[in-house]
Amino acid sequence: MTMVVESARLTQRDFASSDDVRWCPGCGDYGILSSVLKVMPELGISKERIVWVSGIGCSSRFPYYVNTYGFHSIHGRAPAVALGIKAANPELCVWIATGDGDGLSIGGNHLMHCFRRNLDVKILLFNNRIYGLTKGQYSPTSELGKQTHSSPFGSADRPLDPVRFALGCGATFVARSFDTAGPHLVDVLRRAAQHRGTAFVEILQNCHVFNDAAFEEITNKAGAGSRQLRVEHGKPLIYGDSKNLGLALDGSALKLTKVENVATNGGASAVLAHDETNPILAQLLASLPAPDYPMPFGVLYATLQPTYEDQLRHLNSQAKQKALGGLEALMKSGQVWQVPTA
Amino acid sequence: MSIQVQSDSEVLSNKPEIIVNGAVIRFAGDSGDGVQLTGQRFTSAVALAGNDIATLPDFPSEIRAPAGTLYGVSGFQLQFASKDVFTPGDSLDVLVALNAAALQTNLMDLKHGGLLVIDTGALGTTQLKKAGYSTSPLDDGSLSGYQVAAIDISALTRKAVTPVGLSTKEAGRCKNFWTLGLVLSVYDRSLESTLNFIAEQFKKRPQFAEANAIALKSGYAYGIASELFHQRYRIAAAPRSPGLYRNIDGNTALSYGLIAGAVCAGRPLVLGAYPITPASAILQELSQHRHLGVTAIQAEDEIAAACLALGAAYAGAIGACCTSGPGMALKTEAIGLAVATELPMVIVDVQRAGPSTGLPTKPEQSDLYLAVHGRNGEAPVCVLAPATPSECFTLAYEAVRIAVRHMTPVILLSDSYLAHGAEPWLIPDACQLPKIEAAPLPPVEQFSPMLRDDVTLARPWAAPGVPGYEHRIGGLEKDYDTGQISTQPQNHERMVRTRAEKIARIAEDVAECRIEAGATQGKLLVIGWGSTYGAIREAVEHTHRDGAAVGHLHLRTLCPFPRGLQSTMSKFEKVLVPELNSGQLAHLLRAQFCLNIRSFTKIQGKPFRIDELEERILAELEVYS
Repeated sequence: MTMVVESARLTQRDFASSDDVRWCPGCGDYGILSSVLKVMPELGISKERIVWVSGIGCSSRFPYYVNTYGFHSIHGRAPAVALGIKAANPELCVWIATGDGDGLSIGGNHLMHCFRRNLDVKILLFNNRIYGLTKGQYSPTSELGKQTHSSPFGSADRPLDPVRFALGCGATFVARSFDTAGPHLVDVLRRAAQHRGTAFVEILQNCHVFNDAAFEEITNKAGAGSRQLRVEHGKPLIYGDSKNLGLALDGSALKLTKVENVATNGGASAVLAHDETNPILAQLLASLPAPDYPMPFGVLYATLQPTYEDQLRHLNSQAKQKALGGLEALMKSGQVWQVPTA
Repeated sequence: MSIQVQSDSEVLSNKPEIIVNGAVIRFAGDSGDGVQLTGQRFTSAVALAGNDIATLPDFPSEIRAPAGTLYGVSGFQLQFASKDVFTPGDSLDVLVALNAAALQTNLMDLKHGGLLVIDTGALGTTQLKKAGYSTSPLDDGSLSGYQVAAIDISALTRKAVTPVGLSTKEAGRCKNFWTLGLVLSVYDRSLESTLNFIAEQFKKRPQFAEANAIALKSGYAYGIASELFHQRYRIAAAPRSPGLYRNIDGNTALSYGLIAGAVCAGRPLVLGAYPITPASAILQELSQHRHLGVTAIQAEDEIAAACLALGAAYAGAIGACCTSGPGMALKTEAIGLAVATELPMVIVDVQRAGPSTGLPTKPEQSDLYLAVHGRNGEAPVCVLAPATPSECFTLAYEAVRIAVRHMTPVILLSDSYLAHGAEPWLIPDACQLPKIEAAPLPPVEQFSPMLRDDVTLARPWAAPGVPGYEHRIGGLEKDYDTGQISTQPQNHERMVRTRAEKIARIAEDVAECRIEAGATQGKLLVIGWGSTYGAIREAVEHTHRDGAAVGHLHLRTLCPFPRGLQSTMSKFEKVLVPELNSGQLAHLLRAQFCLNIRSFTKIQGKPFRIDELEERILAELEVYS
């Protein structure tokens, strides 16, 4: 694009809007915003070509804080709005900010169809396992039995896993990070930005007002080594504070099993290497049972498939080859007759 | 039977020709009998011969209802004449009943003395029983008031197409073309256009093309030769403005109007739609014109369809969606967002009888409240309603124009009667359609997303991709000046009133209302909207011709009401509003003008008949005499 040269000079500051950021002080969303603002100038895309779209919820305030075009739409519908934006102008770079309630409850249907279409948009789902903006009701990712204002005796709903949902719907890029992950989050966002097609990133995010420390055990630096599995394409699936734990494939049971004391049990060759192009491995990783196994972070799955925009371009060029004539020809199509001037 | 060649005509008949002004014909049969196709082909043949026409297809919501059932009967009615016709007609001159159930459900609409064509091959004991007959109507005297042409159409068709070598079932399927040939001969219409159609339609299946052509010709020959038909009818061409014509139904005209609007705006058209009767034909039509910059997307649901149309509008395209009542209900929140973000968008509601799923294939005008008021918060939009199938083109184009010029969602209320009804259309010159332009963007340094045009109050349409105009917008209330989020109380009231004023000012930009027919002042003004146009116009013309001071005014703009409405109403002693609902327009008029509006309503999933309107008009007038 012609704007690339100029946009290369843009900095993080150019992408911060002048709006006051209105999230609660200490909200995990601040960390996500700061990581996004680091990545935006790196994309080499000028500001006017970027559109942030959101639905409703704390996460959906996001567009107001990025100095690009932004559309704060209605609850759950951001992927549908984004579809229209891309159909009107496929050259735009569209990012969606959503949450566990917005994206997986009221908007679950649109998210599913966005994945299957492989629309070329980047979706950041801030998962805090609670409804924050409505002040503390259980969400579709809240754990079974969760006590909230709307479930004083505990929730009867089993939680949904965003990553497994995305994989199940045929998403072509699925990744996970968390709000305070800093460079890791930036790396994941960068990878998402580079992906052609729907890039889905689940970001574990702390709502310290209504669901504080929901992911504390996983994201806390102390003990993080054994609870987080940082996956990288081609690298062995090793974790643990002293990198002595790994994962191997138990082919007979079709599952991943733990390898203890990796160093003495054959080293890296005894564990499986991550292959982000393997959808079955991605499902196995996403299905690792907690708390015995770690939670995987990074790019779990990435595959290159034709995007929805590619399909539209293809159909449009086919239609143009048929050369069916203009508006006038259309209006005069079918059987016509002339009434002569009297 | 002898057939003579007449020297002065191509007509091979010795029967007397009777000149008539017009006729109303209904083809009725099983939903698998090809009745709709027969009706459409007959329409095409008479239209090509220069008659004015109005059609009314009437089909069941079941795709293939069990054969021979009363609820599986499909009908196609048309009126054609040597003068302007405005409706498909009240009562029938000719009824073609292709099975017992069709006879049972349609006979009551045939005029006394009218021509009844029956396929006796479909009047077997089982079929009669299924249709609720205990005795054969052919034998029990129940048809004595009509001219009955009882013909074994099924057998004659099978016999005629024998040389082609089709299976019995396939051969039987040709009976609609045999019937069409018969009726074309009675009305002295050429077979040419139908033969061309058959050749084109079945070009990949030459056997069927041959069989249908044979069936058509043998039906025609039968009509000429048979003593059952004593005379032929000739209906002269209707006087028309010069120009190029074609037949068009409402859904097609509406689709073309949207395309024309987008082409004239120099922007792509993005349609979001979810299949729903009776609006799906618009989605299907618009899916065919990618080469004209149309992207029609079948969305995952009604909500997504509206949201993607709005997203497309935000990104600078003409965003549109088409649906019917149940889908409109689901789109409500997205339309509200279009109001709040002040983006141009066209929402087409092809109304059908409700509530809920209602009568999915039958017309009703019961979504007017929904269109005008059906959103949370103060959310005014522009509402338009075409009066005839061809006007669907004009008003779809107009909807795009108003949406772009005034930066507002526009709801276009069609209905299933307009959607499927067809009439001759004087094709406008595509090159002469006016350009549609959005207000130019203000200079970057002055830009605010809410900087309004002085005249229209429209905000600037700064779409992504334009450098320097990056801004954020959404459903939260915005500051009047800066467009930033604002919760300030006075600002909210100002914004609500401004959005309302913006819609009110559309009245300055659309035609003043006018009397369509009848008196321009006097006793009774009949105000209609939408597809009731033809019936109201005829009823008013008849009563006016008989000396009553009755006028007809038909609204195309339902929100805001057009200029001149109050002054026109004040020229009449009384105002009567006929509508196919429980009185929604009457209610809106009363609320706005505080007048004693009389309401006449019908909620049967059927259009008004001219005679029932005339009767009501006379009753209203009688109060004065």
